[in-house]
Amino acid sequence: MFMRPTFRLVRDNTKIQFMRGRIMGLVVSAILSTASVILFFYPGLNLGIDFSGGIVMEVRTPGPADFGQIRTALAAEHIPEQGVQQFGDPSEVLIRLGAQPSEAAVQQAVTRVRTALEKAVSGVKVLRTDAVGASVSAELFRNGLLALGISLLMILVYIWFRFEWQFAVGAVVTLILDITKAIGFLAITRIEFDLVMVAAILTILGYSTNDKVVVYDRVRENLRKYKTLPLRDLIDLSINETLNRTLGTSMTVFLASLPLALFGGESISGFAWVMLFGIVVGTSSSIFIAAPILLFLGEKRLRRESAPAPAPAVRS
Amino acid sequence: MMYFTPLKTAVILGLCVLGTILCIPNLFPSPAPWLPWRQVHLGLDLRGGSYLLLEVDMKAVVKERLDSMVDGVRQALRPGSIFYQALDAQPDQNRILLKLRDSTKLDAALAAIRPLIAAEGPTGTPEFDLASTPDGTIVLTLSPVALNARARGAVQQSIEIVRRRIDETGVVDPQITQQGETRIVVQLPGISDPNRIKELLGKTAHMTFQLVDETANANAGGTPPPGVDFLPMQDNPGQKIAVRRRIDVDGGDLTDARAGNNPQTGEWVVNFTFNSIGSRRFADVTRTNVNHRFAIVLDGKAISAPVIREPITGGRGQISGSFTAASANDLAVLLRAGALPAPLTVVEERSVGPELGADSIRAGAISLAVGFILVIGFMATFYGLFGWFANVCLVVNLVLMLGIMSLLQATLTLPGMAGILLTLGMAVDANILINERIREEQRLGRPPLSALEHGFTRAYNTIFDSNVAAFLAHVMLFIFGSGPVRGFAVTITVGIATSMFTAWMLTRLLVSHWYVARRPQLLPV
Repeated sequence: MFMRPTFRLVRDNTKIQFMRGRIMGLVVSAILSTASVILFFYPGLNLGIDFSGGIVMEVRTPGPADFGQIRTALAAEHIPEQGVQQFGDPSEVLIRLGAQPSEAAVQQAVTRVRTALEKAVSGVKVLRTDAVGASVSAELFRNGLLALGISLLMILVYIWFRFEWQFAVGAVVTLILDITKAIGFLAITRIEFDLVMVAAILTILGYSTNDKVVVYDRVRENLRKYKTLPLRDLIDLSINETLNRTLGTSMTVFLASLPLALFGGESISGFAWVMLFGIVVGTSSSIFIAAPILLFLGEKRLRRESAPAPAPAVRS
Repeated sequence: MMYFTPLKTAVILGLCVLGTILCIPNLFPSPAPWLPWRQVHLGLDLRGGSYLLLEVDMKAVVKERLDSMVDGVRQALRPGSIFYQALDAQPDQNRILLKLRDSTKLDAALAAIRPLIAAEGPTGTPEFDLASTPDGTIVLTLSPVALNARARGAVQQSIEIVRRRIDETGVVDPQITQQGETRIVVQLPGISDPNRIKELLGKTAHMTFQLVDETANANAGGTPPPGVDFLPMQDNPGQKIAVRRRIDVDGGDLTDARAGNNPQTGEWVVNFTFNSIGSRRFADVTRTNVNHRFAIVLDGKAISAPVIREPITGGRGQISGSFTAASANDLAVLLRAGALPAPLTVVEERSVGPELGADSIRAGAISLAVGFILVIGFMATFYGLFGWFANVCLVVNLVLMLGIMSLLQATLTLPGMAGILLTLGMAVDANILINERIREEQRLGRPPLSALEHGFTRAYNTIFDSNVAAFLAHVMLFIFGSGPVRGFAVTITVGIATSMFTAWMLTRLLVSHWYVARRPQLLPV
């Protein structure tokens, strides 16, 4: 086992005609992304307190938690029943309080909840308190969007400089389709959308770009190598040549994320599930979306640019 | 391409050794204080602690400046008998509005006010812009430059006071830094219930000594006479007291304050000492006002208003006012640390108890171990010997990442641990690209050495382009993210850099030495 590879993911010299499914791929992707955008508005994302403002407290009781007792104690502090939930262990309770009218009110609420809990349940331990005021949550949301937007822009400019504009547009359109699907995934699974999710989406962005650049890089190389091959066949060839790498890297990143989803604990597993989803989407979009877009945009232009310039007309 | 000079080999191996050395400080505490001992810090989400984001109330800063300017204008106009209909601070518009009763005195009024604004201003330019209309209206507007300078000053001073107050509580290793223009981040390792700290920071603790106006009845209601305020009493807010606005002695002139017991009554008091300016003023005021009442005012509330029995010349005094041991001690702490220039509001709080931190470390470590084994297993299965070259690089990559993070004294958070794992997954990408490329070149019929050469060179372009894009996305995350998410961005950006080094340099070095030793007829890729 220390010498030759035991298995190959895909055998060499595959000749799959991916471009035959290009319409299908784009249609499916467009439908999924449209559905995701609809899901984004209805029912919308499950915003975490980073972005909605409010209070989350995680507490651990000495034995299994008596929810009735805790709910009664907190009802006096105007915390609705659904604000008290089990969290992982039966002895762990998550208390949630929505946005408060002012920053000072948030702080007062934290103190009130803490005091009420300590009075109601003896030996209770507050494991975690997050309290975010309205001004900060709005700012965090804006910064998250800004990070996303600027990253997309920089990727666009970078690929445009290193390749041709068709590549840059193809990549960024595909990335936007990828991100909308990730948001749809968040809306369906009701995984809380917080700052860590912004990190997950940016990581998917980075990973997915990386994947597209590898395919594009091969297309660029083959454009120089095979001057007469139709772009459609050339793209198919490039995808086939890089297939082992594309799948190999997705596998390793997938394998690295999987334990985080399984053992990473409540706060990181949501991140990891979104990553896993993003890896699958990002990998398939490199093949079925980014490449067809390149074909549509570049059918005429890319070939002409790389074809040898016509000989200058000789004056008679 | 595949040949390494001894010097180059030494540099590559040297960097790997350096990375390992940089990791050592994380294993045990510094044996000697003179050694540079840079460690990766555990984030508050892993070791437990509190993160508080405080906002400095700039409106209060502006209001205070305007109020004191109003006082200045009032005093400047008095000698020339210039009367006015209105003299108001308008903090919303950063200005003071003065309406003269007699518009013919406009020039005289301007002449009286001008020295005030010429003398002031930390930036060298006048702090106020002066404008007037012939109908006798004068507007003094705080200039934007002065406003900024004052805001900067207020935040700087607040940081200093916050630090002193927190130091008094004995929190180990607190971190207090500015964020943005008006915010302060306070990080308190090991403190999972920051209530006491929040209470200490929630008071501006501006203490003043002002004379009581004994002619006015504060509890009868109505508007206070000019130059007098009706202030609530600290322990009975319903009860009010008429206090002259003029500040006779300021708490800023205190040099020390300690909680103590009054030997006669046994009640808790705060003993204080003035500096020389404070002592002199205190002596002057008490000498000329024997048998009058003197109010001790803290943050707009009168703590007590004792009658002056005799002049106090020693610069020492005592505050009594139904204190408990804890409240006397807190007040002493606040007075020693000094007053905040403006109130602070907690706009974000995150506290994590040590138990949850330990849980997170365990969860992170298990994930890291399992993920590492899975990736190594994958590379060994699908790439054989060349997969093991990649695995060696993976381990070195991990070591280098930790080394650089130690050097930067970066903070490791739970998302940061996730970042390390993801980086390991992505780092082997470079090796996969190289291996696939070499395999391809060999299948094209190139002999081993040529296949290696072409494989590495061609893969390099792809590795570079694909990594730069990912790098850019994470730099953005670092710039716009906050807290634990930044830790994630740091680990990934560092990881991308180190993985490019290990894949491009170290893998090539390993492969080249293996090739020279074995001279295989066919590469096992």
